[in-house]
Amino acid sequence: MEIALCFVVAALFAVTVYLILSKHIIRMLLGVVLLGNSVNLLIFTNGRIQSIVPPIIPEGLEVPGEMIANPLPQALILTAIVISFSFFAFLLVLSYRAFQDLDTDDTDEMRIAEPEDEGLPPLGY
Amino acid sequence: MDQLNGFVSDFGYVALILPFLAAAVAPLLTSVLKSHSTWLLALAPAAAFVIFLRGIFEIAKGTVHRWGFEWIPSFDIAFSFRLDGLSMVFALLITGIGTFIILYSGGYMKGHKDQGQFYSFMLMFMGSMLGLVVADDLITLFVFWELTSITSFLLIGFDHTREKARRGAVQALVITGGGGLALLAGLIAIRELHGLTSLSDILEAGDALRESPYYLAVLILVLCGAFTKSAQMPFHIWLPNAMEAPTPVSAYLHSATMVKAGVYLLLRMHPALGETTLWMTILPIFGAITLVVGALLAVRASDIKITLAYTTVASLGLLVMLIGVSSETAIIAATLYLIAHSLFKGGLFMVAGSVDHGAHTREIHRLGGLARHMPITFVAALLCALSMGGITPFVGFLAKEEIYHALEYGDFYHVALLIAAIAGNALMFAAAFIVALQPFVGTKPQHIDHPHESGLRVWLGPLVLGALSLVGALYYGVYHELFSSPMATASYGEAVEIEIGWVPHLNLAFALSCLTIVLGVIIYLASTQIRQKLAQFLAAIGWGPDYGFDQAMRGLVRLAFGVTLIVQPGRLDYYMTTVMIALVAALFGSMWWADGFPSVPELPDLLPYEWIILGLIVFGILAVVVSRNRLQAIVSLGIQGYAVAFIFMLQGAPDLAFTQFMVETLSVVILALVMTRLKLSPSDHRPLAQKLPDATIGVLAGIGFGLFLLAVVQSDFDRSLSDFFERYSYAIAHGRNIVNVILVDFRGIDTMGEIAVVMTAGLAVLALIRIRVGRRGIRTNDPMEVTP
Amino acid sequence: MRTIIFRFTAPYLTSLMVLFSIFVLLRGHNEPGGGFIGGLIAASAFAIYGIACGVAPVRRALHFHPMAIAAAGLMLAVLSGVLSLLIGVEFLTGLWAFPTFLGTEVALSTPLFFDIGVYLVVVGAISSIALALEETETD
Repeated sequence: MEIALCFVVAALFAVTVYLILSKHIIRMLLGVVLLGNSVNLLIFTNGRIQSIVPPIIPEGLEVPGEMIANPLPQALILTAIVISFSFFAFLLVLSYRAFQDLDTDDTDEMRIAEPEDEGLPPLGY
Repeated sequence: MDQLNGFVSDFGYVALILPFLAAAVAPLLTSVLKSHSTWLLALAPAAAFVIFLRGIFEIAKGTVHRWGFEWIPSFDIAFSFRLDGLSMVFALLITGIGTFIILYSGGYMKGHKDQGQFYSFMLMFMGSMLGLVVADDLITLFVFWELTSITSFLLIGFDHTREKARRGAVQALVITGGGGLALLAGLIAIRELHGLTSLSDILEAGDALRESPYYLAVLILVLCGAFTKSAQMPFHIWLPNAMEAPTPVSAYLHSATMVKAGVYLLLRMHPALGETTLWMTILPIFGAITLVVGALLAVRASDIKITLAYTTVASLGLLVMLIGVSSETAIIAATLYLIAHSLFKGGLFMVAGSVDHGAHTREIHRLGGLARHMPITFVAALLCALSMGGITPFVGFLAKEEIYHALEYGDFYHVALLIAAIAGNALMFAAAFIVALQPFVGTKPQHIDHPHESGLRVWLGPLVLGALSLVGALYYGVYHELFSSPMATASYGEAVEIEIGWVPHLNLAFALSCLTIVLGVIIYLASTQIRQKLAQFLAAIGWGPDYGFDQAMRGLVRLAFGVTLIVQPGRLDYYMTTVMIALVAALFGSMWWADGFPSVPELPDLLPYEWIILGLIVFGILAVVVSRNRLQAIVSLGIQGYAVAFIFMLQGAPDLAFTQFMVETLSVVILALVMTRLKLSPSDHRPLAQKLPDATIGVLAGIGFGLFLLAVVQSDFDRSLSDFFERYSYAIAHGRNIVNVILVDFRGIDTMGEIAVVMTAGLAVLALIRIRVGRRGIRTNDPMEVTP
Repeated sequence: MRTIIFRFTAPYLTSLMVLFSIFVLLRGHNEPGGGFIGGLIAASAFAIYGIACGVAPVRRALHFHPMAIAAAGLMLAVLSGVLSLLIGVEFLTGLWAFPTFLGTEVALSTPLFFDIGVYLVVVGAISSIALALEETETD
C-alpha cells in the first residue's frame, strides 16, 4: 500500500504544481485544495502503514494489545486538514473580492501592488 | 576592570555622560531661555574639561587610566575606556573648544526656530567624539565612531530644507559610514585573528600584528576607516560639502573633532601597526597628494569658509604624511601640528562665521575694510592666522619647525615629502591671510551695510583660541611637558622629549620656514590671478570625485531598480514558477547530494477495492485538470477528496476520515457558493507554449516527491515517538483515543496555536466580506423574504 | 434548494446534528471523535440550516455572533492551560478529577475543557465563514 500511495502522491503533486502555475485564480485555488491533500497523504505515508487497526486502546487494557496504526501523523494531519480548510476559505473569499474589484481573474493583470510602468525613483537627495 | 584609580577614573563616567545629559535637556531649556540656554549648556563641556584637566599631571607622568564594565561577556565585549597622553589632549580639545563652540552657537543661532534641537545635536556629537577618543574596547570604539558619523549627519543636514545641505549630509554619512564599516571589519579581524579585544591589548601586541600574514588586510581596512573620516583624497569631497552646515558645526567638526578622528586612529595604531614599509609608503603618498591638492583648492576657492575647509583637507594630508614618515621627530611634528591646527582652525572658522554674520557675505572679493567695524574679530583672526602661517612666537611655528626637522634628510623619500610640505605650507600661509586679512583691510565695499560685531559669545571663542596659540608657544616648557610630550609618547610608543621653543635658531629648518613665508607672501599677493588660473584648469578637467559621487549614487539607484525589476517583476506566475523550480531543484538536489535515490520498488499487491479507490483519486485529479465547466471541476474535486477520506478510513485512521469527509463537504459547498457567482470557466486559458513548461515542472515535482517518499519509505523507521504516545496515552493522560490525546494533551500548545490560526482565518474572511458590504452601503436583507 | 420539505426538516436535522456533534466531542477522548470533528459536524449543521432557511434565522438561533463563540472557545482553551499554571505545574499540563455524580463516576479534566474550546473555535470560525458566504449571495 505504501508504494502505491507513493505513486498517488506523485500524481497529486504533479497536478497540484501544474494547477498552481496557471495564471487564473480559480485554477490556482483548485491547486491549493489539492495541495492540502497531497501534503496530508505525504505525511501519512511517511508515518508508514504497518497496521490498519485504529490507534485506540481497547477497554480494559493499559496499552494497545496489538500493532496499531501510527497515531502521530494522524494527529498532525487532523489539524492540518482543518487549517488548510480555513485557509482555503480565506483564499477563496480573497480571490472573489479581488475579482469583483479588478474585474479579472488573470494574475498578470492584477498589478495594483506592483504597477507595471513604475519609473525610476527620484535620483536627487 | 581592574585599574580604577585616580580622580579622572572616579569621574570618568560623569565626564562622558555630561554632554549627553546636556543634550537631553537642551530643547526644553532652550524653549524657556531662548539662546541664553547656551550659558548653562556650556557648563557641561566645561565641567568635563575640568574633570580631565584635574588628571593632567598624573597623565603627564605616564599613568594610564582604565575604567569600564563588562557589556556582553559571552562575546568578550566590554564598555571600557582608556585615558593616556593621546586621549587626554584630544579630550581636552574636544571639551575645551566644545565649551566655546556651544557659547558661539548661542550667539550665532540666536533667533533660529530650531536652535534647541541644534544645541542638542551639537552636544550629542560632542559626547560621541569624547567617547571615541577615550574608548578602549574595540567594539566600544566602533560604536562611538559610528555615533559621530550619525550625529554629524544630523548636524550637516541641519538646514534640511535645502537640497545642498541634504546632499552634504548624505555624502558625509555614506563616505564616513562606509569607512566605518571597513574599520569594523578591520577591528573584528584583529579580534578574531589575534584575540585582542581592546586598544590596550593591541598596543602590547604590535610585533605579532606586524608579522601576521593578515597585516595587509587589517591595515587596509583600518586605513579605509581613517582616510574616509580624515578626508584624504579622494574621500575628501564630503568635507567641503559639509560646509552647508551652520558655521558652529564647521568650526567644531573640522578643527578638533570629526576630521581628527581618523588622525587619532592612526596615531593610536601607530605603535602597533606603524613603522613598516607599507605604512611608510601608503600614508605619505596619500598624505602628500591630499596636502598639495587641498592647499591648491583652498587658494582657488572664493568663499572664505570653503577656503578654510580645503586648508583643513590639506592639514589632514600633512598630518597623515607625517604619521606615515613614522620617525620620532615626525610623530612629534604631527602632535604639535595637530594641537596647533585645532586651535587656529577652530578660531578661524568662528571668525569666518562672524564675518558672515556681520557683513552678510563670505565671498572674498566682496569683502574688505571690516577692521574698523569688527576690531575684536580682526585681532582674533590675526592671532589665529599668524599661528597658521607658522610665525613665531605661536604654536604653529613650533609645529612647522619640527615638520622641517623631521624631513631634513637628503634621500629622495624625504626630499619629495619636504617639497610637498613646503608647497602645502606656503599655500596654506596664503590661505590663512586671505581669510584673516583680506576681509578686514582695504576699503569697505558699498554693499556691506552696517558691519558689526555679533556679541561676546561670538568673538570670545576665536580670541581665546588665538591667545592660547600665543601663550602655548611662549610657555613652551609647560606646554610640552603637559600636552605635546605625553601625547607624542603615547603615539610613538616610547618616551620622547620635545625641546623646540619659540626662539628661532639659525638652522636648515628655520631657513625652510623663512622660504615658506616668502613663498606664502608671493602667493597671497598673486592670489586673484592664481585663483583664476586654477579655476580655468579645473574647468578644463570638468570631472571631479564630487561629481563622481553623484554618478555613483545615481548608478546605485539605477542598479537597485534594475535588479528589483529582474527579481521582482510583479507577475505572480513568475514568482510561482521560480518557487516551484526551486522546489524541484531542492528535491532532486538533496537526493543527488546524499545519494538517496530509492531502489526500484516491487509492484504493489493490493485488493481490488483498494485499486478502485486509488484509481478514483487519480481519476478525480485528472478530471479537475481537464474540466470544462464549474460543475465538473467541483464534482471532480469532491471525488478525489472523498477517495482520500476512504484511504484514511481503510488505513486505520477513522478520525481523519471523518474530518476529511466533513471538510470535503464544506469545501464543495462554499466553492459552489462562490464559483456560481464568479461566472468564470475553470478551463485552462494558457497557450500550449506555456502549458508545456508548466506541465514539465509539475511532472518533475511529482516525480521528485514520489521518489523522495519512496526513499523515505524504504529506509528504517524510528517509532520511538509513537511508542511513547502509545505507552503513556492511557497511563498518564487517561485517554484511549491516542490521536485525541496527542491533540489535546501531549501536543496541546500546538493545537492551541492551530485553533488561533483557524480563528484568525475566520476573522479575515469576515473582514473581507464586510469591507465590500460597507462600501456598497447594502445591508443584507433577510433571505427568507426574497423569492427564490 | 428551498423546497418545502427541506425547509421543514432542516431545523430537526440541524438539532440532531448538533446533538450528535456534542456526543462526538465528549466521547472523543476514548473513541474516535473529538473537538475538531465535532466542531465540523456542528458547523455543517448550521451551514445546512442557513442554506435551507436563510442566514438570519441561523444567526437568531445561535444568539451569539459566531466569532464570539470562537473567541470564547479560544479563551476556554487558554484558561484550561492557565489553570495548571495556578496549581504550579507547567502550562497546559492535564489535571484530572473523578467526582461521583448521581452515583456515576464522571471524569473531569482540563484536556476536556481544552477540547471543548477547540470545538467552539471550529464551530464559531467555520460557521462564520459559511454564513458570511451564504449571506453574500444576496448582494
